[in-house]
Amino acid sequence: MTGRVQLYAGGMLSAVFLVAAAVSLVWVPHDVAALNIAERLRPPGGDYVLGTDQFGRDLLSMLMVGARSSIAVALVAVGIGMGLGVPLGLIAAANRGSLIDEIIMRGNDLIFAFPALVIAILITAVFGPSAVNAILAIGIFNIPVFARVTRGGALSLWTLDYILAARVAGKGPARISVEHILPNIANLLIVQGTIQFSLGILAEAGLSYVGLGAQPPTPSWGRMLAEAQTMIYTTPRLAILPGLAIVLMVLGLNLMGDGLRDALDPRLRRAAR
Amino acid sequence: MLRFTLLRLLSLGLSLAVASLVIFAVIEVIPGDPAAFMLGLNAEPEAVASLRRELGLSGSLADRYISWAGGMLRGDFGQSYTYRVPVADLVAQRLVVSLPLAAYALTLTVLIAVPVGLAAAARRGSAADYGIMGATQLGIAVPNFWFAMLLVLVFAVNLRWFSAGGFPGWEAGLFPGLKALTLPAVALALPQAAILARVMRSALIETLGQDYIRSARAKGLSRAQAIRRHALRNALIPVLTIMGLQFSFLLAGAIIIENVFFLPGLGRLIFQAITQRDLVVVESVVMLLVFAVILVTFVVDLAYAAVDPRLRRR
Repeated sequence: MTGRVQLYAGGMLSAVFLVAAAVSLVWVPHDVAALNIAERLRPPGGDYVLGTDQFGRDLLSMLMVGARSSIAVALVAVGIGMGLGVPLGLIAAANRGSLIDEIIMRGNDLIFAFPALVIAILITAVFGPSAVNAILAIGIFNIPVFARVTRGGALSLWTLDYILAARVAGKGPARISVEHILPNIANLLIVQGTIQFSLGILAEAGLSYVGLGAQPPTPSWGRMLAEAQTMIYTTPRLAILPGLAIVLMVLGLNLMGDGLRDALDPRLRRAAR
Repeated sequence: MLRFTLLRLLSLGLSLAVASLVIFAVIEVIPGDPAAFMLGLNAEPEAVASLRRELGLSGSLADRYISWAGGMLRGDFGQSYTYRVPVADLVAQRLVVSLPLAAYALTLTVLIAVPVGLAAAARRGSAADYGIMGATQLGIAVPNFWFAMLLVLVFAVNLRWFSAGGFPGWEAGLFPGLKALTLPAVALALPQAAILARVMRSALIETLGQDYIRSARAKGLSRAQAIRRHALRNALIPVLTIMGLQFSFLLAGAIIIENVFFLPGLGRLIFQAITQRDLVVVESVVMLLVFAVILVTFVVDLAYAAVDPRLRRR
């Protein structure tokens, strides 16, 4: 698949879920908070396009609202990772080889030793389960990822002539980082952001599946899967559809990330294939 | 190599010390008293006082940290409040499920990823390559716990080849034990294998473009011989690194997958501990997990340096 096809296919796939999530803010086919036992386990069709679950809730509505939780968690987590990781990476690169650089990078290694799930377990054990925990856990996990990408990209730029020219012109390291380094690594960050966004969707699903993320009655894809687990023998549809939503959303974002990488940085094209 | 090993060992010790401080600090920030937190709202004051004594909460923060960390160094992880047994015993009971599961999954990952990546790289640009790349793209997008549910649906519910969950214990014999771990291991392995196969493919393609491969071909080696004798070994270096990084995902995945299959492993232990507010168990098991990740990184670093002398300088 060429980069352009990947970009469009992935972008369209992701857009479907983004639109569904946005629409769910103002309209869903049925109320997801209302339990309607009389309508429980309706097969797909008629009033319920994808059928209802064991509590009579409309599956399509649940998936739409679930998309909203997933996207919100993953997006804020990417924001946390970028907001803290990028400045750290810039500082490390501007002071490359110094003690500050060493401390930042060793700190990064340390955070890397805490998988998002372990962070979520720790936070939940202390503060109790909530969707905020999932955001924090995934966000903290994202920090060293962005710090590394930023530092790596910035290091190669610091040796270039136009940076030297900027220094000769009297600009300090902070100003050079913001005015010259940051715009030139923006592509890298956008691509990494897409990857972390898709990883965040997967992580959020896993966390809410084990009860460390979104709490009832907020619908989320992971929790829908957890609730469907006992129903898998009788109504497999309840377990298959939310999983399919996760796969398509993540697939779309990954394709988009690959396509973006090719489109934004021709130098990477050779390595990508 | 000795200097490198010693330096890495020093940084391993330092990482562990800092990680333990972080975990200790997070558990300590609990608003109010840990003993009251563990016993809940309706606890009798006498019960709280006695638990405070049991947890050694009367000492200073520094004393408590030293006794916790020092205890772990001696293999003493403290006493579980809910189970009334040493945490070390609980962990040992659960590790006999979790460790074989992780090892089983890792083995499957390598057994799938290496040949698949090799096949794709060797036939680069062919229909087989595109098929493999498409399949791995899909594999990366699949959450392992959902894949586990699908496996249960197909192989346990419909075909009835495997049971849907539970673990008979190793007393029941090696084969029943492995059989119970097979679906969980496959569920863990396939998404990981998809990532690793892609790494394997691009590493091999990169290596095949090197001059020494051209020399080997010029010397009269066939393409297959050149891959087998020269390219494969060099391509395995990045594969090894990614495997080291994947370990923490494997660990996290195992904890979640154990819930799908009701396996009595570390994952179940830690989730029960969270609901029962057994902070001693949470604190020690989290430290153990972080220790495992740091240790694997250390081992990969050493293996890496042993294979490639250029990496020893730093």
